[in-house]
Amino acid sequence: MSPSASVRINREADKAGTEPDVVAAVRKWKSKRGSLIMVLHEIQNARGYVPRDVALYLSRELDVPLARIYEALTFYHYFKLEPPGKAVISVCTGTACYLKGSQALVDEFACETGAPVGGSTEDKLFHLQCVRCVGCCGLAPVAIVNGKTYGKLTPPDVKKIVHEWREHFAGQPE
Amino acid sequence: MPKVDLKEIREREHAKQQAFKARLFVCASTGCIASGCKAVMTAVTAGLKAHGLDKDVQIVPTGCMGLCSHGPLIRVEVQGQAPVLYTEMDDMLARLMVAEHLEPAVKRSESFTGVPDFLMNHTLSLDTPFFTDQVKVVLANSGHIVPESIDDYIADGGYTAWEKVVTTMTPQDVIKEILDSGLRGRGGGGFPTGRKWELTSKIEGDEKFIICNGDEGDPGAYMDRSILEGNPHAVIEGMLIAGYATGATSGWFYVRAEYPLAVERLDKALKAARRYNLLGKDIMGTGRDLDLEIRLGAGAFVCGEETALIASIEGKRGSPTPRPPYPSVKGLWGKPSCVNNVETLANVPTIINRGGAWFASMGTESSKGTKVFALTGKVNHSGLIEVPMGISLKRIVESIGGGTSTGKRVKAVQTGGPSGGVIPEREMDLPVCYDELKKIGSIMGSGGMIVMDEDDDMVDIAKFYLGFTVDESCGKCAPCRIGGKQLLLLLEKIADGRADEQDLDDLRRLAVSMKKASLCGLGQTAPNPVLSTLQFFMDEYQARLVKNKNNAEKAEEAAK
Amino acid sequence: MITATINGIEVKVEPGTSIYKAAHQAQVRIPTLCYHPDLAPTAACGICVVKVKGAPNMVRACTTPVAQGMEIYTQDAEIVQVRRTVLEMILSNHPNECLTCLRSGECELQELAEDFGIYNSNLPKIVKDRPKDTSTKSIVLDSRKCIRCGRCTQVCQDMQNVWALSIEHRGLDAVIAPAGDIELAESPCVRCGQCSAHCPVGAIYEYNQTDEVWNALMDPEMHCIVQIAPAVRVSIGESYGFKPGTNLTGKLYAALRRMGFDQVFDTNFGADVTIMEEASELVDRLKAGKSLPLITTCCPAWVDFMEKFDSDMIEHFSSCKSPQAIVGALSKSYYAEKTGIPADKIFMVSIMPCTAKKFEIVRAKEMFSSGHQDIDVSITTRELARMINQAGIEFASLPDEQADSPLGRYTGAATIFGETGGVMEAALRTANYLITGENGDAMEFEEIHTLDGIKELTVDVAGIPLRIAVAHGLRHVEKVVDKVREALEKGEEVPWHFIEVMACPGGCVGGGGQFWGVNDGIRKLRAKGLESDDRGSEFRRSHENPDVKKLYDDYIGEPLSEKAHKLFHTHYTPRSQYRR
Repeated sequence: MSPSASVRINREADKAGTEPDVVAAVRKWKSKRGSLIMVLHEIQNARGYVPRDVALYLSRELDVPLARIYEALTFYHYFKLEPPGKAVISVCTGTACYLKGSQALVDEFACETGAPVGGSTEDKLFHLQCVRCVGCCGLAPVAIVNGKTYGKLTPPDVKKIVHEWREHFAGQPE
Repeated sequence: MPKVDLKEIREREHAKQQAFKARLFVCASTGCIASGCKAVMTAVTAGLKAHGLDKDVQIVPTGCMGLCSHGPLIRVEVQGQAPVLYTEMDDMLARLMVAEHLEPAVKRSESFTGVPDFLMNHTLSLDTPFFTDQVKVVLANSGHIVPESIDDYIADGGYTAWEKVVTTMTPQDVIKEILDSGLRGRGGGGFPTGRKWELTSKIEGDEKFIICNGDEGDPGAYMDRSILEGNPHAVIEGMLIAGYATGATSGWFYVRAEYPLAVERLDKALKAARRYNLLGKDIMGTGRDLDLEIRLGAGAFVCGEETALIASIEGKRGSPTPRPPYPSVKGLWGKPSCVNNVETLANVPTIINRGGAWFASMGTESSKGTKVFALTGKVNHSGLIEVPMGISLKRIVESIGGGTSTGKRVKAVQTGGPSGGVIPEREMDLPVCYDELKKIGSIMGSGGMIVMDEDDDMVDIAKFYLGFTVDESCGKCAPCRIGGKQLLLLLEKIADGRADEQDLDDLRRLAVSMKKASLCGLGQTAPNPVLSTLQFFMDEYQARLVKNKNNAEKAEEAAK
Repeated sequence: MITATINGIEVKVEPGTSIYKAAHQAQVRIPTLCYHPDLAPTAACGICVVKVKGAPNMVRACTTPVAQGMEIYTQDAEIVQVRRTVLEMILSNHPNECLTCLRSGECELQELAEDFGIYNSNLPKIVKDRPKDTSTKSIVLDSRKCIRCGRCTQVCQDMQNVWALSIEHRGLDAVIAPAGDIELAESPCVRCGQCSAHCPVGAIYEYNQTDEVWNALMDPEMHCIVQIAPAVRVSIGESYGFKPGTNLTGKLYAALRRMGFDQVFDTNFGADVTIMEEASELVDRLKAGKSLPLITTCCPAWVDFMEKFDSDMIEHFSSCKSPQAIVGALSKSYYAEKTGIPADKIFMVSIMPCTAKKFEIVRAKEMFSSGHQDIDVSITTRELARMINQAGIEFASLPDEQADSPLGRYTGAATIFGETGGVMEAALRTANYLITGENGDAMEFEEIHTLDGIKELTVDVAGIPLRIAVAHGLRHVEKVVDKVREALEKGEEVPWHFIEVMACPGGCVGGGGQFWGVNDGIRKLRAKGLESDDRGSEFRRSHENPDVKKLYDDYIGEPLSEKAHKLFHTHYTPRSQYRR
């Protein structure tokens, strides 16, 4: 490690330390036990992913080795390391949904949005992911887009949903 | 701190409820919210106001009523009249219901002759076996009380068990009661809960933890979510009692992050209970302290395994650690810890109130009480059910579930999710209990129960579950990490018609070795879907082999 | 004691003993790929499964404690079948590159595959292509070959407290890597190489530089010089059937000469010089009562660690270079001037038990004190053994030869540099002389050579009760530094005057560049080898080395003189790193 790289690392952590949401999350959890995953949740929820500078800051402030933070970040599927698209489409692939054709939905969503499974579209509008059981088995098959649940879906419904979210974000500034 | 007077709250709440001429129970669980119950509720509220009924009719947003596939659900209880359950409501129907049912029933009850036929088409009789064949202990309150109201829970007898325990019973008394009840872990393991508590209670330690496992991982099951959403106080009360019995100094809920509503309601419930001094410091003036906190999972099935769960709370990867040492000796932060599942804990208040003997009177010799299942798949009444242990699978599927939704024959029922197996139709007289399910190569599991019909392909089902466990393997131990993937590749080969007899032999050999050599429950049980489909549906595997496929093709050609 | 039976053989063991360890008592070997005696068992590989009467499943021998009356079975057809199948799975996840793998012939997986006779398997290969990480130029991480036994992360996190390596992702994607998507050189890695010494397969190994050495030896223009570190002489024999700890200095010199080196020097000479300088530094600081404690700096992994994480301790670091660096500097100055060979025509190779030494030779500008890079290549014991084999040298039957002058002669004090406590003891033997001009009684201090992590002692040196501490294994070092820091912050008397630190457990005898399969037993044997070399030496105090005296008389002048500073001393730079 060259000295210049280490300066960079510290600056990155310092920068994250000036961001209010990060500071607030650390202040809320710092003195509590079992706080790492909870802080990561707060960052993930606020940002949609956990940036490296924030991880460096957390490591310093929570006194947790960076290696351990990344061990957790990469272990739990809930956390992302890269910013996802604006509309996060989660297709449930739990057993009930699978039996009722969720794979066809996944294919259709991939086709309609152009996002690969587990990835985002180039314009960062859509992110497509498969999730395991959202607990709405009675409504199988199910997909969730940014917290809104769609149940008893068929492939033709997919087009409408994608259109709905395209419209939703169309008017919004960057 | 003054002791909260449960009786006073109970009486006050009962009086409030009596003052309404009708009560409208709207299911506000995740499933029904997804179906649109919030819009329905808005429509109902507007309708009641328009008809001047808002003072006479109370809207009760409840937890899960069970019939998830038919949501949004509203149960109308008008004083002096039989309750009516509306299914698949929308705002139009909601307005009509207010105008044509509630308005006349409440305002002109003497001349009210019943719900008009066009509305009756949107109801389901509460006398159907879906309801009458169930026995509700854990879910008794769900669908009847407002989960976000501690007063509502207290009105229904809530926290009397905790009061009884903390003021009149010793930890040994509590453990004895639970031992007498025969309650076993509902998360899947089936370890006797009283024994678990006893073990932890005997270990000395400056700190000791009670942990509630709400990391429901079976993809196709949502018992714990529904319990936490529908009746969070029952779980809290059970946890407090468990904490008292084991000598815990604090308690931790570990809940899946994928269940935001459950977490929100649990959090509110904890705050309310703390306000009433039912937990926290100097509980109910007894000088005892016990507080509970929530920690979230982050999307890892393996964290349902208790040592992985503990690692996860500690902020580490959710990799299981070898046992011994058992958590009861060395658990969270190296301290003695007792991990109980949500449903297990939700049973506890009722057992304390009604006695271990009462609980033990339900069920079979080795499996006592009731069990909650998420009955899903190709079944008519898909939803959350609670049945006495020992009930036959057939009765669950055909009577409670109302048969298949497709009208086709049932082929098999899967229990235990990715750790369980399939039970073929011919074995459906099997009584549902820990030992019988295990005997047939499946497990009780946490309560996933998936009905499959003739169209469902068993090789594909095995492939689906293996795909899941491959995704969810923590990667620590070789037999699970690699064995699972190799099994999946073999299943794909079979499904694609590229396999031969040797591959079937390899499939079985790998499955058995993975079962024997894996470190934790995930790897040890992951081959179950393969082994049980091999056992009962060998013909489906055989039909895919190259030689048979060729034969079939040749026969087809010859027929041309 | 509890009694149990293993395959019908009765064993008596302490409570808490694992089945794996108990089996050894019954002469039963249980195969394993992840268990290592240095580390807590992780139960990762699943090879050591055994049956216990009454238990529903097979259990892991490595983590299951023996219980009273337990009936254990370690071999039957089913157990062998399960183990073989698990091994077959592991092989399916491992590239078939044995012939071109550095670990071939010394690989634990290969050995087991041979034992279990896995000659054909239907399982398809599932090996993800991943690039090798060579960024540290000291160790190479080839995660394609990794079997996820977890030893290296345990070593890096728990044993060494460095936290460079972690297990990232999960399931089949689980991979040993530094935190996030970075290279090892950007991580806190201090290149101690303990991960490589513990790896059962060819997934982590030394950055191989044998070709560079061969090329130099082949170049007629180059005057090739070699130096060997103390710990190498007592381990090299393990590659040729000698018992660990056998002192083979003479054969080593002979082998190196036959490989083509023009001069064979000994790092031990440099160790004697180090003592002259470092002990003088200690005496100066004791007299001035300043900058105490003095902390040793012979260990490059420790220096790297300190610059990264304890840079507030820089003031306490001995500025004296390591013996390796001193011999390098002297070869291209003193020796070059003496012989008239131009320094740019000298190629200096060091044979070290260490992977971090590969980094040390370029770590600061003082490593170029001769005007050239003082040491051109540093190779490990393992690389040397390969070179000896490549040269077709029958090592075991070589005659014993002598090192060359003027940088070859050494004292007993120098040779014990290779074990924990050795640098300290050597310094104590000389400190008295430097203060009073006479030798004190100080000679052997057995208590600082034990394998305890931290050892403390108070020694009378010229009437001063000198408080010393010796730490080895980086996880222990942190505790020592914390205590010093605490005292300094409070303005209290520091707990020790002089501290010796070696990054690797046991010191260099257990170095990251030594042969695989090390354990405490082997560390002790190698250390004993050095101790007997010391006892058999003509001179046992560094200041008595006639060639060292001559060096100071003819060339350097006094210890800590200007010339000494130019050639023998260095400086340290904080390289603040992301937190461990």
